This record gives sequence, C-alpha cells and structure tokens, in this order.
Amino acid sequence: MSEIKIMLGNEAIARGAYEAGVKVSAAYPGTPSTEISENIVNYPEIYAEWSPNEKVAMEVAIGASISGVRAMASMKHVGVNVASDPLYTVSYIGVNGGLVLVAADDPGLYSSQNEQDTRCVARAALVPVLEPSDSQEAKDFMKYAFELSEKYDTPVILRTTTRLSHSQGPVTLEERAEIEDKVYERNVAKNVMMPGNAKLRHVHVEKRMKDMAADGYSMPINKVEINDTKIGFITSGIAYQYVKEACPNASVLKLGMVHPLPRKLIEEFAAKVETLYIFEELEPVFEEQIKSWGIQCIGKEIFTLQGEYSANMLRKAVLKEDVDLKAPAQVPARPPILCPGCPHRSVYSVLNKLKIHAAGDIGCYTLGAVAPLSVVDTTICMGASISSLHGMEKAKGKDYIKNWVAVIGDSTFMHTGINSLMNMVYNQGTGTVMILDNSTTGMTGHQDHAATGKTLMGEEVPAINIFHLCKALGIKNVVEVSAFDTAELEKVIKEEVAKDEVSVIITKAPCVLLKGNKFTTKCVPVPEKCKKCGMCLRPGCPALTKNEDGTISIDQTMCNGCGLCKGICKFDAIETVEA
Amino acid sequence: MVKDMENKTKNIMIVGVGGQGTLLTSRILGGITVAAGYDVKLSEVHGMAQRGGSVVTFVRYGEKVAEPIVEEGQADVLIAFETLEALRYAHFLKKDGAIVVNEHRIDPITVVTGAAQYPENIIENLEKEYNVYKVNAMEEALKLGNSRVFNIIVLGVAAKHMDFSKEAWLEVIEKTVPPKTVEINKKAFLLGFEG
Repeated sequence: MSEIKIMLGNEAIARGAYEAGVKVSAAYPGTPSTEISENIVNYPEIYAEWSPNEKVAMEVAIGASISGVRAMASMKHVGVNVASDPLYTVSYIGVNGGLVLVAADDPGLYSSQNEQDTRCVARAALVPVLEPSDSQEAKDFMKYAFELSEKYDTPVILRTTTRLSHSQGPVTLEERAEIEDKVYERNVAKNVMMPGNAKLRHVHVEKRMKDMAADGYSMPINKVEINDTKIGFITSGIAYQYVKEACPNASVLKLGMVHPLPRKLIEEFAAKVETLYIFEELEPVFEEQIKSWGIQCIGKEIFTLQGEYSANMLRKAVLKEDVDLKAPAQVPARPPILCPGCPHRSVYSVLNKLKIHAAGDIGCYTLGAVAPLSVVDTTICMGASISSLHGMEKAKGKDYIKNWVAVIGDSTFMHTGINSLMNMVYNQGTGTVMILDNSTTGMTGHQDHAATGKTLMGEEVPAINIFHLCKALGIKNVVEVSAFDTAELEKVIKEEVAKDEVSVIITKAPCVLLKGNKFTTKCVPVPEKCKKCGMCLRPGCPALTKNEDGTISIDQTMCNGCGLCKGICKFDAIETVEA
Repeated sequence: MVKDMENKTKNIMIVGVGGQGTLLTSRILGGITVAAGYDVKLSEVHGMAQRGGSVVTFVRYGEKVAEPIVEEGQADVLIAFETLEALRYAHFLKKDGAIVVNEHRIDPITVVTGAAQYPENIIENLEKEYNVYKVNAMEEALKLGNSRVFNIIVLGVAAKHMDFSKEAWLEVIEKTVPPKTVEINKKAFLLGFEG
C-alpha cells in the first residue's frame, strides 16, 4: 500500500530525487532552496554535499552525470547566475546519467536581492524547464525530469518558487527506482567543448529543443482542461492554483514543461476559447512567445510583473468582481532584525560609533543596513563586498576608503569572497576586510561549510582555517578578535583601516542560534542607577525597551546575556546574572 | 468557529514574530487535518523574515484545496502570538471570523528606535469587530516552567473551537514536536484546551 505523507515542496523534490534513483546531489544553501538538500541527507542511498558555491555544485553534478549516474544540483535563482558558466556549456554536452538542476525563484522577494525569472536563463542556455504546481507534482516532475534528461540528452531545470517550495501538501510515496549506472565511454566530440566540437553540439542542441517543443504536444505534464470556453487560461506552477481557486469553471492549459513551449497544443487551445489570458508570475515568457505566433491574448496588460499572484487578483481583473476588502490597519512595520545576542550587532555597534561605512554582502549581516545600526552602505551579491570596496579605492584612491571596510560572513567568504580577496592582494589594494565569522551559514538556517569542520552528511572533517587561508594569500595583517570584545575591536579597526595595506579582521563568535552555543547569563537593568540616557538602546537589541519613566526593561525570555548593553552603559545600570 | 465543516475549505492563519514558533504550530495543525482525512495545504515563511520580522503561516483544509495561501477577507480563524500582529492581519478575516490572541507585546524595531508608536488598546478595538479569544500564554507558560511552549497554549485555546478530539490533538502533538519536549507540550496544550 502506498503511504501518503504531507510534505513541504522542497521535501517532495528530495523525495522525487530519491525515487528517481539519484546518486549524487550538490548544492549551496539559499532560500527558498535549502530544505531540498537538508531532506536529501535523510536518504543514505544519495551522496549529498554542500559545495562552497553553486558553480562548484553544478560541476560536481555534471561530473557525476558524465560518469554515468543520475545527479542533481539545487540552488536559489541567483545561485543559477553563479552556476551559469557550467550550465550554458553542459547544455551542449548533454548527459550520460540524467542531470537535473533545481532552481528556486523568489517572486515577492521573501529573502533575496532580486526577483529574476529562471525561465529567462533557461531560454538563453537552451535548457528545458519543468514547473510543478504542488508538492505531489514536485515529486512526480522530479522523476519525469530525469526521464526527459536521458531521453533528449539534456540537462533539465526543475523550477520552483518560494510559495511552492515552502508550502506543504499531501504526497503519495513510491519506491526508489534502482537505475543501473550508464557505461562511461570516452567521447571527446561530446564531452570536450572546444570550438570544433561545440559547433556540432550546438546543432544537436537546437534540434533537441525543437523536438521537445513538438513532443510537448503529448507530454502528460501539459494538461488541457476544457470547461466553459468563454475564458481560457494558459498558466503553470503555483499560478495554476490561483486560477483553480478563482475561476474553477474556466478552461485551462496547464503547462508542466514551461520551456520549450508546445506550440501546437497552445494554438489548439487558443482556438477553443473566446478570451485567452496568460497568467504567469514574473516575466512575460509565455506571453511574448505566444503573441509572436499571432495569437491574441491578454497578459501583462492587466497582470503585474512584480511579486506573487493571487486568486483575488483574478477575481478583480478577470471576473471584475467587486472584491470588498477591508483596508489593513495602519500599524508600525516589523522588518526582520538581528537576534538578541547576535555577534553582528556588537561588531556593527563599533563600526557605527567609529562612523565607518561598510560595503556589505549577503547574509544576516545585511540587516546592518537599517536603523539604528545603519552601517552597511551596499549589498549586491555573494562576495561583492570585498571587490566593490576595491573598485571604490581604484576609482578614488586609498584615502577615500580610510573610513570604509568590507563586511562578509564566513560562509559567503568561502563562497566567492576569497576570489575578491585574492584580487585585492594581487592588484595592490589597501582595503580592510572584516570577516564576521559566526561558524555557520546563518541566514538560511545553519548549514555547514568548508570552514566549520562538518559536512552536510554529518561527517567530521578538518576545518579550513580562515586565518591561515588569508595568511597564505600573503596578507601580513590578519587579526582575530572576539566579536563581543568591543574595546579591542575598536582599537583593531582604527589601526587596520589606517594602514596602506590589505588587512583582514576576523571577528569570532558563534551565531547565537547555533545549537550548543547558549549564553549562560542574562542582562538585568538596575533602575536606581539608570540615568535614562538611552545609550543602551542604540544598538537596537529587541530585548530592550524604554519604560515610560525613561528607564529600560529587558525581556528575560529574549535576552541571551551577550552583555553588549552592559558594556555600553557607563553607569553600571545593567548587570549580568546567572541564567 | 470552524465547527460546522460543510464542504467548504477552512482557512486558518497563524501570525507572530519570527522565532515564536509559527512553523511548529502550523505543522501540528496540518497534521491533525490530515489525520482527519482532509486535503490540506500549508504555506510557511523561511529565511530572512524569520529573523524577528512579522511572519504569517497559512493552513487550509477541506475536501479539495487549490491555493496554499489565505487571501484578504477569507480567514476563518486568526491565531496571533503577538498582539500587534493580530491587528496587522485582522483584515484577512471573514466578517464572522475569530481571533485567538496572545496578550504579549514585542516592540518592533521601528518602535524601539522611536520612529513609530505601539498602538494602544488593540484588543479592545478588535473586540468591536471580531470574536476575540485572548490568553496570556507567556504567563501561563512560565508557570509550566518553559516560556517556549506558550505557542502550544495558544493553539490549545484555538483548538477549543475546532472539531477535533482531545485525543487526536495529543496524538499529533506527540508525532510532531521533538521527542524530549512531548510531555511539556502536551501539558501546555491541555492548559489552553481545558483552561
């Protein structure tokens, strides 16, 4: 009997990989893709790793595929940019064992720096894309993706979005398919992409995409639902669910393969319905192609290019229903913030005091951009803190960056920050780089990396030592400081930014949420000593609030006893007690 | 509130501040609806917003559920772990919807820095428009000796108004929470459910 289990979209993708007989999985964590790998480790039949970045993860998966096993890489949408170099060329090489890239887009930017649409990358890279619409399909499409990959000699992208990855629904579990390894045979014409070979492979690629577009007509994942033909929708993924919610009686062409498009199927469907709507989140990928075939349809004229879609959007724009919605109450915003006891707050309180600007990077510490810390000036992409600071110096001279540092986390430094640091050394920069080492990949929920000493599969391994790594680049000034020793930190920062040489300051303190790293004390106010100056409130710790009389309260359930507020108070009006 | 099931999909929202345990609570809710044989979809928030930001989780169950989110004007029940968050999402409720609210205040950073003020009399104002069930779960949880289980106390209060048996709730709690915390979570649930 088959078991039904309620699963997160990402959990279902992992299950699909397991059932498809995948043997190798590589990834770098990134919301909303992280839980795929975290669930894959539950299947000991699959080798799974955190790679230092997405390019490496993609290449690990490619190697595994060439050797003849089914392999996958998973990453968030912006990770696909990092992996795009191998992706564009493995599109030419094709596969031996099936190869699937799971790309997780983030419409609505729940935890990302942009809102890009992976379908656009796939069109450019000439790689087919499947898009499931619920957890069951996430599992089923994953398996189908491997079949297509081997049938058409192509890597396949499984595209998910935040809403799908982080929604749960019932999934019917099946057995793992025992897939025999493909034989590896040396094949230079297929596997060595030098110009003469690649030219010929390009012909194969274009033909493959044409064949897939034609075969899309009868693929079971492209579904035609003919109901009332007054209104027809072409849609895919989570947007399909909004159509079913708001317009259950409409006719629908639900595309499971969203690239290449099955033109004949679309033309037939379009001919059957009176008004055709294209309902796709983000870019008008379907719409532009469908309109280019001379088919009349309505898309981005009435549906936004930004954010997530909803059923209410259809009720208003298509059904013209008078959706009587109450206005939301006017309430103070509650943006995300650094946790109580977060070592980044301590570092930023010092930078703030010294009025130093920071070229920022991707991680929890991006939150140092907002008040009251207001230290981070820029955030672009993984690793960009160091290289963009270097660019500023080359544009304006070394004195210009005397009140600047680059801030980057340990995991992000291992991802691509190290390349930027090499560049700073090589091209005679003088910048100061602060590596905020909290011993984990924090924002995505505590994943290990090459400098933590543990793998995704839980094995203990020698940790790459960041201090020695920087030293090995030939940097003379490499200093380690406790993130909570604010006096020492202040001294070190002043010294290092003044130097006309590259400096690296590694601030150390584990993420406060990391298991086994609890503080043993709590901070408590001493109201009779309080001068009501408000200095302790400046770093913006959420455990502290100002009372009506100007003294402060410290929420004991939130306080982690880091002592930052105590260190700031000049009147001993905060003390630490045993927790 | 969600006792008479008919064939319609029921919409529940759990809102709070990142880190308050909305995910665990929604998973218990999801578990009990599956155990009762319903189709169910849940939608969660991970990543940056979990760091002390405003978070919302949706639970929808019924004969056949399409979208995983609850939209404005459609929630049957709003479970709020923090008072301001109840107000922030109240417009998602149906006209006869109910709010189960934890009387607990966490100042957002905008209030801490003085850029905004924490609204006054939130619960009194909500009571004018909705059925409001309030509980000071933090105080109750501290009596149990573990402040972290306050969310399960709030769930217990909400569960009083749903159609699942006490035994079914306790069973799904046992399956869902970490093994070491089963007993304290069961106690917390009963405190809300029977209190």
